[in-house]
Amino acid sequence: MPRALVTGNHAAGHALALAGEANRIARGCCGGAYPITPQTEIIEFLRAFPFTKGRIIPVESEHSAMGACIGASLAGARAFTASSSNGLAYMVENIFAAGYYRLPIVLIAVNRTLGPPWNIWVDQGDSLMFRDAPWIQFYVESHQDLVDTILLAFRVAEDQRVLLPAAVALDGFVTSHAQMVVDLPDQESVDRFLPPCRVPHRLRYDHPATVGGLTWPRETQRHRRDLQEAMDCVPEVLAEAINEFEAVFGRRPVGALTAEQTQDADEVLIACNTMAQTLRNVVADRRKRGENVGMIRLKMFRPFPREALRTAIGSAVRVGVLDRNHSAGSGGIFWQEVAATLQARPDVLVQDYLVGLGGGDVTPEHVSEIVDDLRRRESSGEPLWQEAAL
Amino acid sequence: MTATVTKVQSNGQCVVLRPGNTNCAGCGMSLGLQWLEQALDHEPVTLAIPACCGIVTAGAFPTSAYGVPVAATTFASSPAVASGIATINNLNGDDHPVICWAGDGGTYDIGIATLSAAAERNENMIYICYDNEIYGNTGGQRSSATPEGVATTTSPKGKTEPKKDIMAIMAAHRIPYAATLSLAHREDFFRKVRTARQTKGFRFLLMLSPCPTGWKSEPEEGVDLIRCAVGCGIFPVYEVFDGERYRINVRPDGTPIEHYADHQRRYKSVCLDKTFLERSIAVQWRRLTALESMFPADKETL
Repeated sequence: MPRALVTGNHAAGHALALAGEANRIARGCCGGAYPITPQTEIIEFLRAFPFTKGRIIPVESEHSAMGACIGASLAGARAFTASSSNGLAYMVENIFAAGYYRLPIVLIAVNRTLGPPWNIWVDQGDSLMFRDAPWIQFYVESHQDLVDTILLAFRVAEDQRVLLPAAVALDGFVTSHAQMVVDLPDQESVDRFLPPCRVPHRLRYDHPATVGGLTWPRETQRHRRDLQEAMDCVPEVLAEAINEFEAVFGRRPVGALTAEQTQDADEVLIACNTMAQTLRNVVADRRKRGENVGMIRLKMFRPFPREALRTAIGSAVRVGVLDRNHSAGSGGIFWQEVAATLQARPDVLVQDYLVGLGGGDVTPEHVSEIVDDLRRRESSGEPLWQEAAL
Repeated sequence: MTATVTKVQSNGQCVVLRPGNTNCAGCGMSLGLQWLEQALDHEPVTLAIPACCGIVTAGAFPTSAYGVPVAATTFASSPAVASGIATINNLNGDDHPVICWAGDGGTYDIGIATLSAAAERNENMIYICYDNEIYGNTGGQRSSATPEGVATTTSPKGKTEPKKDIMAIMAAHRIPYAATLSLAHREDFFRKVRTARQTKGFRFLLMLSPCPTGWKSEPEEGVDLIRCAVGCGIFPVYEVFDGERYRINVRPDGTPIEHYADHQRRYKSVCLDKTFLERSIAVQWRRLTALESMFPADKETL
């Protein structure tokens, strides 16, 4: 397996190209390409890639980028695109549509602050904007995690028990533009890992359906329940996909979450993406000092892994959530989910920390202050704003 | 999700629009879709239809009045979705037409960026706008295709701006073929659909589509109204090749504008300035005839 020093964006481009190319024996692949900082290099990479049976369409907007994916997927192809920030906002109508059509499209969301005011740095408010869309959502913390998760995303999305689109989110600049060494799989292995994409309701002359036409309330509610049932299949399908991944690539990617040093922990902190790396260092440091602190790195946000999270929290009595996003009038979005998950555990205190919004560096010092605050706490309070570094 | 499911073919032939659809009596789409099917000799096609009356036509899940596969797209997306479909169909050796079937709202207004981009990329598709000059599906609001002076629910005293010249806009994209379709000129309609079929790349067809509920006209008068629209010159019947060579197919025959406008309360409900209408028609024709004489379709190069 070739090792390469690449940016996060190029790692994502490689993974998408490998997945697209793997479908050359079936209906081929297609994507829409529209630039926006900080994901632009992904679509540049895809436009330059010599697909055997595929085409990346240089569309005029993110709305059409997803539109082109929808058309290609409805025609039975493997489809993918990438965007960020306001590009995702512009795309959002078709993001919902892709899920409601039950199309296994993969979207790379390079997290960037929504504007105005304009800010190009990382903040998860963009991909969390469509948290209520029927999309699987993964948040990755490293380049290797990114490559592996993109391949897993196709495998899970295209599973006939699931048939839902999947978004893979990474930190703008921190991950997208930094270079790391990754194992880039060869095409033959990816061909083995990703069976031909099958969209069972694709447009066919011998079965002329109107896909996405009118429905009455009863059918619509049934459709929404079907989406939930498909989501409910994801954990099992993901677990199978990880086993298969390990068999093919000899490496075991992380699943919905990882529980790290939580067995005997009194305090558990929850974070995702690169913030989890910083948190990991702080936790290691605290453990050396004899403090019973643990952490959970959350990778899958949709479906939200409630069961796994409850188990991972174990006997901890204080839980702190690091949110690099903000739902005005409420608080951090990950915190809402964690609090809802732990509603049956009144003995557990759940505190939200709003940190690193607009791309502020989340330093070990910040995280340390958060750990101190959590350890002192007798009760939870309103979401706490942690001042960002420049 | 997927709506279905009667078998497509009758006698092995493809049927675009089946009986039992929900079109209003006198809707231009009903005739237009049947002529489309006949002009294409019942060839299989794929339709991409945005939010518009044309998707209501299909009826409710699980039935579909369309006998061909249809992607019901978001309002502004049909050319983007059709780009994806055509790309994959073509990559798999399927060259049957991928057709966007969209109203004027989806074409002139909300979808124009998507339409313009697909035309600029010269995507291999046929785009047909059935233009009833109104947001008919929502009960008759003005669009940029609504002619000046016409009353709608959002221009109750008559629209104060002229109709957008979508043909000029599409011709400016230098697409291989753009043409207007008259529901009163069957042979011309069929020939143009076939010309579009035989052409590769982006093809744009504009069909003036009677809408009895929006035009406040009698359902049985639809085709007569189109004949009058062509006769008085308000709807020119012409075609443009590669955005640069023009051919006028039917010339005005001196039909008075009243024969068209007086049969529609959308014109009659406001104080119709006949002189104004005639003047704007004259300007339109001066431009068109000049273009045809300077850049005739019969000469390959100038």
